[in-house]
Amino acid sequence: MMEILFGLMYLLLAPIAGGLLAGIDRKISARMQGRKGPPLLQPFYDLFKLFSKQTEIVNELQIFFAVGFLVFIIFTGVLFFIGGDLLLIFFALTLAGIFLVLCACSANSPYSSMGSQRELMQMMAYEPMVLIVAIGFFKATGSFAVKDIIASHFPAIMYLPGIFLGFMFISTIKLRKSPFDLSTSHHGHQEMVKGITTELSGKMLGIVELSHWYENILIVAIVGLFIVTSAWWSWIIAIAVCAVFYFIEILIDNSEARVKWQMMLKYAWIVTLALGITNLLILKYIK
Amino acid sequence: MSFLKKSPWVIHYDGSSCNGCDIEVLACLTPIYDVERFGIINTGNPKHADIFLITGGINSQNESVVKQIYEQMPFPKVVVAIGICACDGGIFKDCYNILGGVDKVIPVDIYVAGCAARPQAIIDGVVKSLALLEEKAKKKDYLNKSKEDNHND
Repeated sequence: MMEILFGLMYLLLAPIAGGLLAGIDRKISARMQGRKGPPLLQPFYDLFKLFSKQTEIVNELQIFFAVGFLVFIIFTGVLFFIGGDLLLIFFALTLAGIFLVLCACSANSPYSSMGSQRELMQMMAYEPMVLIVAIGFFKATGSFAVKDIIASHFPAIMYLPGIFLGFMFISTIKLRKSPFDLSTSHHGHQEMVKGITTELSGKMLGIVELSHWYENILIVAIVGLFIVTSAWWSWIIAIAVCAVFYFIEILIDNSEARVKWQMMLKYAWIVTLALGITNLLILKYIK
Repeated sequence: MSFLKKSPWVIHYDGSSCNGCDIEVLACLTPIYDVERFGIINTGNPKHADIFLITGGINSQNESVVKQIYEQMPFPKVVVAIGICACDGGIFKDCYNILGGVDKVIPVDIYVAGCAARPQAIIDGVVKSLALLEEKAKKKDYLNKSKEDNHND
């Protein structure tokens, strides 16, 4: 019963939390750049505006893929919050990502195609680490199920410090933050215009934006999963760690310039190898 | 309540000009003027934009570019001509290749005077265009109009 409640809460509250997170992100970014910045609720204004604009459809398929992206992100998130299987969660998340790539591909525009190719490259960079996260949780707690992981007596981070850091690293790619905002970025007037979302307008862009909010909340929740145990106070620590994690992401976003895809792939895989695999090997011998 | 007013995204194009107004438009985005306070974002993508800021006059080469950007923008949309060159050609008006102001090729809603236009004037022009954006959204006639456009094609 509790699990279904959590799932419903994600379904209803994640857009609100995701929008607020985006608002806080923009406010803090502005302050870091010495600007006043937009109001806290600006992402909501943007979203509601997008839904009131005319929608230019380049290709009918685009609608199917954009809605598919939203549906599978929500499916993934609900699965996570009802305490489902981590492996299934990560595979569903990848499927959602593929829907976004296909959505951009279907438009047949140069910027959009470039964005989709870069998105595939990003997936190639972060996917190994994501798998290692799932395996690491299994090794540390003996189960892939989220509801078993949060019921353990020790926080997973005790066994998985390397995997935690590795996941933080690839989160920068997943959250589409600089220096890894290759496929799309918050600042449109650049070499790839808006990359993966270039050909989306009006409601379609709104749907993709909404999906990103759901996705961001899911990623922050996965960070929290490393901390949460059966003790109630671990939730407070988890929320604090998530806040610090997101602040660090904003800081990196504002202090780093975008890298080329070769560099991203190299760094992501080196981190996966050095932190992820090493952590797994050590875990094999101590546990 | 309409949210168009609270989240105007702009696209900026510089036509035939000395680049003075161009630089002033970009100055609006810097920490001193920081137009993001009003939710204004420079999108660089016509499909995401609500307001078309255009500086400089129209010549025979950029005519098609300006038309294309305008046509790619989803309704409701507003065009703001910034600086004297965008308004009627300015000092380049008598050049052999200049067609004149922006209104020679696309309908202009707001004219911002100046050479170069000051950031305060540009922000004022954008704020004025917000009310117009809302008015255009209320009419909703763009839905029929886009169908007519398709029909004519």
